[in-house]
Order: sequence, then C-alpha cells, then structure tokens
Amino acid sequence: MIRGKTYQAPPVNERECLRYAGCNFKETSAEERQLFADCLAEIEGKLSYKVCWDRFPVKTEGTSLDFGFTKVDSAGLAKNLEGCGEIILFAATIGLEIDRAIRRYTRLSPAKALFFQAIGAERIESLCDAFCEEQREALQAEGKFLKPRFSPGYGDLSLEMQRDIFRVLDCPRKIGLTLNESLLMSPSKSVTAIIGISGEEYQQEKNKCGVCQNSDCAFRG
Amino acid sequence: MNVLDYLKNNIVYMDGGMGTLLQAEGLQPGEHPERWNLEHPEVIVKLQKMYFDAGTNIINTNTFGANSLKFDHEELEAIIKAAIANARAAAAASTGTQEKFVALDIGPSGRLLKPYGDFDFEEAVAVFAETVRLGAKHGADLVFIETMNDSYETKAALLAAKENCDLPVFVSNAYSEDSKLMTGASPAAMVAMLEGMGADAIGVNCSLGPKALAPVVEQYLEKASIPVVLKPNAGLPREVNGKTVFDVLPDEFSDDVAGLIAKGVRIAGGCCGTTPAYIKAVVEKTKDMKPLLVEKKNITCVSSYTHAVEFGASPIIIGERINPTGKKRFKQALVENDIDYILNEGLAQQEKGVQILDVNVGLPEIDEPEMLKRVCFELQAIIDLPLQIDTSDVAAMEQALRRYNGKAMINSVNGKQENMDAIFPLVKKYGGLVVALTLDEGGIPDTAAGRVAIAEKILKTAERYGIEKKDIIFDTLAMAISAASNAAKATVDALHEIKHRLGCHTSLGVSNISFGLPNRDAINSTFFAMALENGLSAAIMNPFSGDMMKTYFAYRALHGLDENCGEYIDFASKYVPAAATTTAVTQLAAASVSEEYKSALQKAVVKGLKDQAGELTAKLLEETAPLEIVQNEIIPALDIVGKGYEEKTVYLPQLLMAAEAAKSAFEKIKASMSTENGEAAAKCSFVLATVKGDIHDIGKNIVKLLLENYGFNVTDLGRDVPPEVIVEEVKKQHAPLCGLSALMTTTVPAMEETIKQLRAEAPWCKAVVGGAVLTQDYADRIGADKYAKDAMECVRYADEINAGLKE
Repeated sequence: MIRGKTYQAPPVNERECLRYAGCNFKETSAEERQLFADCLAEIEGKLSYKVCWDRFPVKTEGTSLDFGFTKVDSAGLAKNLEGCGEIILFAATIGLEIDRAIRRYTRLSPAKALFFQAIGAERIESLCDAFCEEQREALQAEGKFLKPRFSPGYGDLSLEMQRDIFRVLDCPRKIGLTLNESLLMSPSKSVTAIIGISGEEYQQEKNKCGVCQNSDCAFRG
Repeated sequence: MNVLDYLKNNIVYMDGGMGTLLQAEGLQPGEHPERWNLEHPEVIVKLQKMYFDAGTNIINTNTFGANSLKFDHEELEAIIKAAIANARAAAAASTGTQEKFVALDIGPSGRLLKPYGDFDFEEAVAVFAETVRLGAKHGADLVFIETMNDSYETKAALLAAKENCDLPVFVSNAYSEDSKLMTGASPAAMVAMLEGMGADAIGVNCSLGPKALAPVVEQYLEKASIPVVLKPNAGLPREVNGKTVFDVLPDEFSDDVAGLIAKGVRIAGGCCGTTPAYIKAVVEKTKDMKPLLVEKKNITCVSSYTHAVEFGASPIIIGERINPTGKKRFKQALVENDIDYILNEGLAQQEKGVQILDVNVGLPEIDEPEMLKRVCFELQAIIDLPLQIDTSDVAAMEQALRRYNGKAMINSVNGKQENMDAIFPLVKKYGGLVVALTLDEGGIPDTAAGRVAIAEKILKTAERYGIEKKDIIFDTLAMAISAASNAAKATVDALHEIKHRLGCHTSLGVSNISFGLPNRDAINSTFFAMALENGLSAAIMNPFSGDMMKTYFAYRALHGLDENCGEYIDFASKYVPAAATTTAVTQLAAASVSEEYKSALQKAVVKGLKDQAGELTAKLLEETAPLEIVQNEIIPALDIVGKGYEEKTVYLPQLLMAAEAAKSAFEKIKASMSTENGEAAAKCSFVLATVKGDIHDIGKNIVKLLLENYGFNVTDLGRDVPPEVIVEEVKKQHAPLCGLSALMTTTVPAMEETIKQLRAEAPWCKAVVGGAVLTQDYADRIGADKYAKDAMECVRYADEINAGLKE
C-alpha cells in the first residue's frame, strides 16, 4: 500500500546551496552572502517536505527489469539493482512555493531567482537523503541494506518510466506532485527514484558524482 | 425527490472509500479502477450495495479518474454509462429504505494547470466538460467534484459542471496538515470562490482523519452560507505486522463525525480507509439528530489563490498604480508589451501593504481583452493578492474573470440599465464582488439623495439577477472640488447613507477629489479621513503617498483596530519624508570612492547595489546627459564584472546582481528619456526564446538581462515557444540575431527544427544557442551559427554581429 509522509525541514547545507548557485563557498562576496541569507529567510517556513512510497518486487534478466507494474530496459539500473529482489519506489517534493519564489524573481531579480533555484535543489536533495536514511534504518532491523537511489533520466533509464511511477504511486493525490506532457514534474523541485533493497551492504562511493557517467556536468563534485 | 430538496430538512449520508475495497477484490497497483465498471460490474454493484445497506443516500460512481486524458471518447462513455448503471443496480438491490441518489464522481485530472504546470485552464475545462456531459446524458442525479487539491483546477471543474448540465454540484477539496490546499488556498478562499460561482454544497475530503480535518471544517462552517460536506479518511495509514491499517476505527470515526454534524455539517461520509462499517456507525449515531439550519453569513469578501480578504471595520487599501491614466512610462510599457514593468508595479505596492491590486490596462492602441487576460495571469503567477479587474470593456471583463483564480473584485457596474444587463450576468456566473458606481442614464446626481436613489435601483436589479447585497460595494464617486465646491459633501453624505441605512460596503477612488489643485496629498488624505469616518470600507489609492498612508494607519490606531498601535508604530518608525532621502543620496554621491572605482555609481553597479544604483543615476541625471551616464559609468562597470566572470574571479550571482543594479540605473534613464522624448542609440534587435516543449527559462532570462544591459533591443518570446512563432517574430523585425535556449535533451530537436525554419524563411538571421544540454558538438550538428557557453559569451557574440551590421 502506498504510504505518504510529511517531514520536518532537514538542516540547510549552505555550502551545497552556494555550489548549486555556481559559487565557491570560500570566495563568495559579502553581497552574495547577504542576498543568499535574504532568500533563505524569505522562503523559510513556506516549503513542505512530502514523500510517498511503496515496496515492489523486481526481477532482473540481463538489462531488462520487471517491477510488476512495469518493465524497463536499462543497463545502468540493472547494474545498480544487482542482487536486489525488491525495491522502494518513492516520489518526493518540497512543494509549489519554491516555484512561486523562483517565478516571482526570475524576471525581476535573476540573482535571487538563481539562489532560490539553488536552495530548491539543495532542499529536495536533503529531503531525499533524510527519507533514504530513515528507510535504511528501518530495513537494518530486517537485516537488509539499501542501494544508492536511481532516477528516471539517469544514464540509460528512460524518462518514460515517469508515467508508470506516477500511475502506481498516485503522486498527485498523495503529495500533490504532477507530471506534464514533457515528462517534467510540477512542482519542479521534486524527485522520483528507485532504491534497491539488498541482502548485502553496499559500499557507498565517497563522491556522490563518482557513479555518474556524465563527466562534463557543471555540477560534478 | 431532488437531492437539494432532500438536503433542506435532512442530514445526507455519502459513501466511504472504494480504493482499499477494490484492492481487496484484486485491483492491481497502477490498474485503472474505472475499467472495473465494465470488467467486473458485479464487484462494483456488490460494494456500492453494501454502502446503501449501511444507510448511504448518495453513492459516488466509480469514475474518479474517468476523463478524456486517460480514456478515448468511446471507452469513456462506456465507463461512465456502466458506472451509473452499476450504482443504480446497487440502489435497486439494497434493502435500505432511505432516499437514494447517484452522483457523477469527478476527481482531479492529475495535471497541474499553468502557470506552474503545463495544463491550460480552458483545456482543463474541456476535459471536465466531457465527463460532465456524459454523466448528465446517462442519468446522474448530481455531480460530486472531489479531492481537488488545487483551487484553479477546482474552478475549471466547477465551471465545466455549471456550463454543461443543470444538475446540483457539490465540491470537495483535499487539505494538507497546514489547513491549506497543495497550491496554497485557505478554506476561506475556497468558500469565497466556490460559493461565488454557485456550487450547491462545498466541503472537504481525503488527506486526514476527522480530528485533523476539524479545524478546516470549522472554518467552512463559519464562512459558508451553503451546506458543508465532510468525507474524511480513517486517519492515517500505518504498518502493523507487515499489513497497512488505518489508525481511526469506526467507533472513534463516527464519534468525531457526529461531533462535526452537531456543529453544522450537513453531508457526511468517508474517504480512504473507510468502509461500510464506518458509514453505518455514523448513520446510527446521527440519524435522530436535528440538522442545523444553514445560515446566511453575509460576508463581503474577495479572494486570491491563497487567501480571502474580508470587508469589515478595518479599511481595505486597493492599490491604484496598475493603470495607464496620466502615466507616460506605464503607457509605454503597455505598448511595448513590457510585462515586467507592470509586475514590478504590483510587487512594489504589495510591499507597501495594499490588500488588493486594481488592474487597469485600457489603452486605445492595444488589444485590451488580450492584455488584461495576460496581465491578470502573470500577476497571479507571482503575487498572492486578490485583484480588482478594472475595465469598461465587457469582453475583456469576461475573459479576465473566467480565468481569474479566486473571487475577483469587479470594477465596475453602474446604474444604467444596459450596463447592469451586461455586467450582472458575469457576476452571477463567475462570482465576484462588484463595485457599483452611483451614476446612471441621467449622469452623476449632484445630491447625496440622488446617488442613494441610484444605489437602491442597482440593488433591486442585482436581486433580480440573483446577486446578493453583500456582493455589491458602492462607489459614490469623488468629484473634483475645484469644479464644484460642494462635491466632497455630496460624496461623503451618500457614502454615510449607503453604509448605515442600506447596510452596504463602500469604496472610493479617493484622489479624484483634489484634481486641479496644488499639493493634492493634503486634500486627498483629509478627504480620506472624512470618508473613513463616514463609513468608507475601501479606498482605491496610491500606497506610495505618505500622507494617505499616515491617515490609514492613524485611523486604524484611533479606532482600536490596531492592537497596541503596533502597526502604526512600525509605519511611523520607517516613514521617511521625501526630502530626507535626497540628502542621503547627495552624501553618497559626494563621499570619496576608493580608487578601484571611477565613481559611486560604478561601485554601486559592480557591487550589485540595486537601490543605490537607481538613486545615484537619478541624481546624476540632474546634470549629465543620459547617454553619457550609460557610456561612461554603467557600461564600464558592467565590463569590469563581465571580465571578472570570464576570468572566473566573479561568480554568477555577483554577475547577476551587477546586471540588476545596472537595470535599475537604466530604468531611471529610460524614464528620463521618455519624458525628454529622446531615443537611445539602441543596438540591433535580438529575438529570444526557450524552445518548444521546454519550460526552463532562468538561463534565457539571464541572457535577456545582460543583452538589455548592453543596449540590445530584446524581444523575449518566453518559454515553450513553437518554431513558427519564433520565425514569424524574426521576420517581422528583420532581426539579425535569434537566441534559442533548451535545458533538456528531449527538446533539442525542437531547437533544430527552429533553426531549419529560420534558414528557410529568414536566412539573414544568426542563430545562437545555449542551455545546459548543449555543447559545441550539438550546436554544430543542429546547424547553429554560434554556441554560447554562458550569457557573457552570448553578449560578446551579439556585439560582434552588431558591429558587423554597421560596417
């Protein structure tokens, strides 16, 4: 059965926010810091942190994966889910207010819009981290471990899978998350992902970006 | 019996959850439950019969997601027809003797409407309309719109129901823990909008259990003048021994629901996790209760997509600045389609504390209906204040009202029969609070008695159209005292009479009173105080007038409307007379600037100090030619930052902050040139767009800002722009440059298509492309002239092309 939950705001990682805004944390100017602080204050208390999820079995044959509710073909995901018989499928969003803030400033103050973009990116990542940590702890009791999360659009996993995910998680109703015709999500600061459940502990890469193939990404850490 | 007749004297019971019951019958995750009407009708009939047996009066058809987005027309009709037949069969099979009705159930579309999603409002109306027509055709007794968590989509569904059938319509919304819809609307805002549009009953369902929903339901009961619906979940799901169960059981559930029925809820049922046992418990505990009468609340209010603004003891300020009358710069913005300028006027007024924004974009040389619709839409994307739609063009009024997200203020109707016959039907259909001017075929009466007589006539006519007194607010017309010395008295006396004898709210465009006189603020603010003392409820005024705001805050403090005079003290501590600001800027300009910068303005731009840059420019303009300031101060400052960015000593936020400061300086220069009628030596045209299918525009907007800074004549076509539209604009302007942006790999083909069409139809135009997914390689493959890796590179390239044009 689909579960839904509203989380408390995870702590803000300012360094990450500034990185998403294209700044180097140490060399950020006083004016930039001030504007960033203003943006954080303006959005405080306006975001909502919602996640809905469910568990599904998975059968892997080569690069083809069968989740029961859909079948996909992806070498990247198959590798990620190696040794997993089950997954957690989740969708997370920080709500529409961040989009309103971005839109409000996108033409009136692009600098603030940029910071709101960055804050939104950091907030949704932190929410996903909080959710995954909670699930990891819960599964430890069962003697099970989690793989790193994997989203449609990563590597060779088609964005088309979004349609199936939205159907099976009832995202509009559970957390107010919708999918548009171009397979983009509204609110925009949202994530859908698959987390493999494995019997063996997975050694997390120190650098989150290490597992990604996209070597010329501007945000590569 | 009609459900509305039955509702008059009875508590009406609805059904409970279907989803969990269907899953127990074998519905698979992701499977469309609506198909079960055709594939397993016996299961649907069995479950619905159980609800009827439990005492349910209204069964909702199993059509929550039955719409044309999910099913083609043929299947949709088959599903709806079968769903209604199944519910009828359940009613016939049930042993229950109660009145039984079948409601066409309509859930959300699953898509988010524009501006934050990609679903157009009229498309949404059309999708719901199709379901409604089929439901009416196949014999539903009423329409139940439910679980809507967006106010705009709720409006689309209700409008579709009202336009496509004569059945009663109940509307129910799903609220989050914060007592708001997912897109931000409060219960009061929803009551205002839905009641205004003529819903027959409204309320709440889903999301939470009855205890958690109680605060929302109580707000409905306090505000609504129509019956209230309650259909809560059986609490929240939790895991017990690997099985999911809901945490509120029938006994507790029915106690809580009975408690809310005792407070006035008239239509009750359950949602997720509830079963026939829950409904049976509710029916048993409440069947002998006497239903509370639904009382008229007589609340005069308007709403936005987040909140309602009520008219009462405390005066309401309606910002008047979005209006071209007498404003050259605003007219220029309208003619040039400069929406940003208009939005800025809105934001600035919001910061000054106005509660409603008047929106008037009437200008003979523009398409007013289109412009009004667009400006209202854009304002509602970024400002959460209710709007007052101000136009004398009935077509423009209707278009704006139709798409307005909330209950709008409507400016205006008057006592002319023809005018009332045009405006009142719109008020009735779309809802709204209408400003009624006390004038008619005979003009504006000189006396108060004459104006009150017109007000009475307007009230009578409104009643015939089914519009209540609470939805009319009278403007007794402030006329220039320079023309008629008795003018203020007539206005104020009429106001007093209408407020106290007729019991209606009032509004005035205050500043007309001082027309033709010097130091108008002195007259305006004193007149404002007189009017307030005589019962003025709202003023359309300039919130930048210190004198007017003084009167407003002082009046509230004096009338005990401002606890501990807190707001007055806050206002007074921030209030700076105009003369003092000038001194501060003079000091700033005179202060020595470190050698790094040529001048104070240059420093302000480099540092990204927006306000200072604007003020310093205004000061400089007193003695320096505008173009000299641009050439000697602003452009060199931008170059310092641009170069720093290219050398990676300056980061993107600082580049943008500098660009914004420069823009604020340019705004002053533009204002001074539009008064001097000078023309800037602009560079060539640049047409800019995010390509079709892509809605990311932050990068494009950065490019736009910098190009404007560097003097290009930029036409921004926005996002998700089809190739034909881009090509058309390039041809129209014979633009030498066209910038295309895309963020997603999926939209690069649209970019390629645009370039292909440009080559065929506008071969003179250089195409420059950029965006996260693009690379030099990609750009070459799709035939672009230039790949710009960032905004500065785009500016440099545009400068190159522009220089080439001159040679």
